[in-house]
Amino acid sequence: MSELADHRATEARESFSVLERQKSVAETHGIPVAVLLELTHRCPLQCPYCSNPIELDRGSSELTTDEWKKVLTELAEIGVLQVHFSGGEPTARKDLVELVRHANDAGLYTNLITSAVLLPRDRLAALADAGLCHVQISFQGNEPIVADRVAGLKDSHRRKIEVAKWTRELDLPLTVNAVMHRQNLHQLADIIQMAVDLDADRLEVANVQYYGWALKNRAALMPTLQQIEETSRLVEEARERLKGTLTIDYVVPDYYALRPKKCMGGWGRQFFNISPAGKVLPCHAAESITGLEFESVRSNHSIAWIWQNSDAFNRYRGTAWMKEPCRSCEFREIDLGGCRCQAFALTGDAGNTDPACTLSPLHEAVFKQAELEAASEENRFLYRNFAGGTPEGGDHGA
Amino acid sequence: MAAPRHITVSETSRPMLPRHARLKFDETRKVWVILAPERVLAPDEIAVEVLQLCDGVRSVATMADALAAKYAAPRGAILTDVIAMLQDLADKGFLTEAREKTE
Repeated sequence: MSELADHRATEARESFSVLERQKSVAETHGIPVAVLLELTHRCPLQCPYCSNPIELDRGSSELTTDEWKKVLTELAEIGVLQVHFSGGEPTARKDLVELVRHANDAGLYTNLITSAVLLPRDRLAALADAGLCHVQISFQGNEPIVADRVAGLKDSHRRKIEVAKWTRELDLPLTVNAVMHRQNLHQLADIIQMAVDLDADRLEVANVQYYGWALKNRAALMPTLQQIEETSRLVEEARERLKGTLTIDYVVPDYYALRPKKCMGGWGRQFFNISPAGKVLPCHAAESITGLEFESVRSNHSIAWIWQNSDAFNRYRGTAWMKEPCRSCEFREIDLGGCRCQAFALTGDAGNTDPACTLSPLHEAVFKQAELEAASEENRFLYRNFAGGTPEGGDHGA
Repeated sequence: MAAPRHITVSETSRPMLPRHARLKFDETRKVWVILAPERVLAPDEIAVEVLQLCDGVRSVATMADALAAKYAAPRGAILTDVIAMLQDLADKGFLTEAREKTE
C-alpha cells in the first residue's frame, strides 16, 4: 500500500479538525487562536440588546493607536492567529485602517465586526487594501421599519445593505449577523433570503443572550417558546437547502434550553477579549461580575501572563471552583456549569450553577419568568447609550 | 460577478483557497492551519500537502500525478482520496476555483 493510503488507514481522524476544540483538550490553557478586540464603545446605534457593559468605556479612556499596535504585535508573537475588530463601532476609530494593516503585517487574520453605518465605500476599499480578510455586518431586521427602530437610528438599514453590496463588490467575504428576539423573529425567513441575495458566505442567527443591556430589556425581547420552535425549524430547513452556499450558525436562547451552554468554550480556556480601555477579559460581559479584578494591557504584565496567571482568569477555570449541583454532575466537563455572567446576573453569585440548567434550583422560576415576559405586551425598548439608557418614545429612532 | 459559491471537485478542477481562507504555518503550535471567519482548522499532513498544490492553476489531475510519483502509489486511489478530501473542504466553504478571465 502507498504511504498515502497507509497514512489514511492509520489516521482515523478527519482531514480537517477544528483547532479550537482540539487545543482546548490538548493544552489546558494554551493561548486562544482568536481574540476579540473591542476598539471602542462609541457607536451610532443604540440596540437594546447591546453586548457591551452598562458602564461603557469613554472615548478618553480608549487605548491609543500605538497601544493597540503594541497589543497586536504581542498577540501575534504569543500565538494568536485571528483578531476580530469590534466595539462599539470599530469604524468610529479614525485609525482603523492603520490597525488592520499593522495586524495583517504581523500575520494575523483580520475580521471586522461592524454596524456598517459609518463606512463609506472608499474607506472599505482602504481596509481591503490594508489586508482585511472578512467583514461581518449586523442586521436588526430585513426591512427599515423594524430594523431602524431596533437600532434606534434612522436610515441605518439602507446603509447596511449598501455596505454589504460594496463588501462583495470588493470581493471581501461577508457574514450577515442577525440578532433575533421576539420583535423581529417573524422576519427570519426573509432575513435568510436577504443573506442569500447579498451573496453572504455566512449567516449568524444569534438569539439575544440576556446580560447587561439585554437583561434590562428582557421583557421587550424575550421570544415565545412557539417562536423558538419555529426558528429552529426554519434554520434546519435553510441549512439543508443552502448547503455549500450559505453557512448558518445558530445560537439558541438558553432560557428555553435544558442544558446550559458551554459559555465561551469554558472560562479562560479558549477566549479572551480586550476592552477599549485595555482590560483583558475572559468574556465581553465579564465586567458585570462584581468582585473580580481585571488586569490591563497598560499594566506591567504581558498579555500571556495575564491569561495564565491573573486571578480573574483562574477564578472559574476548570471545575475546582464548582459547588453543587455542578461539582458532582456528570456533565460538568461538558458544559462547565454554563455561563458565569448569567449565573451572577440571575443568582447574585457567579459560582452558582447557571439557571439555564434544569439542575439549577432556580431553573423553573427563570423559565416561568421567560414565559410570562414573552407573553407580555411590554414592547418598549430601553436604548443603549452612555447616559445609562433612554426609554423608547423620545425623539430619536425611526 | 461573484464566483459560483459551491463547486464540485473533479479531475479537471483547478481549485484554490478563497480569499477568506488562509493556509498558514502556526509557529507557536507547530501545525499548519486554515484560517477562516470564526474558524481555525487544522488540516492533517496529507491535506496540507494537497492544499499547497491548490493554486488555481494546477488541475486535480496534475496534483494526483505529482502525488502518485512522489509516493510511488496507484494514481487511481490517490485521485479518489484527493477528490474526496477537497470536496469535503468545498462543502465546508473553504475551497473555490480560479475565475475565468472575462476581459
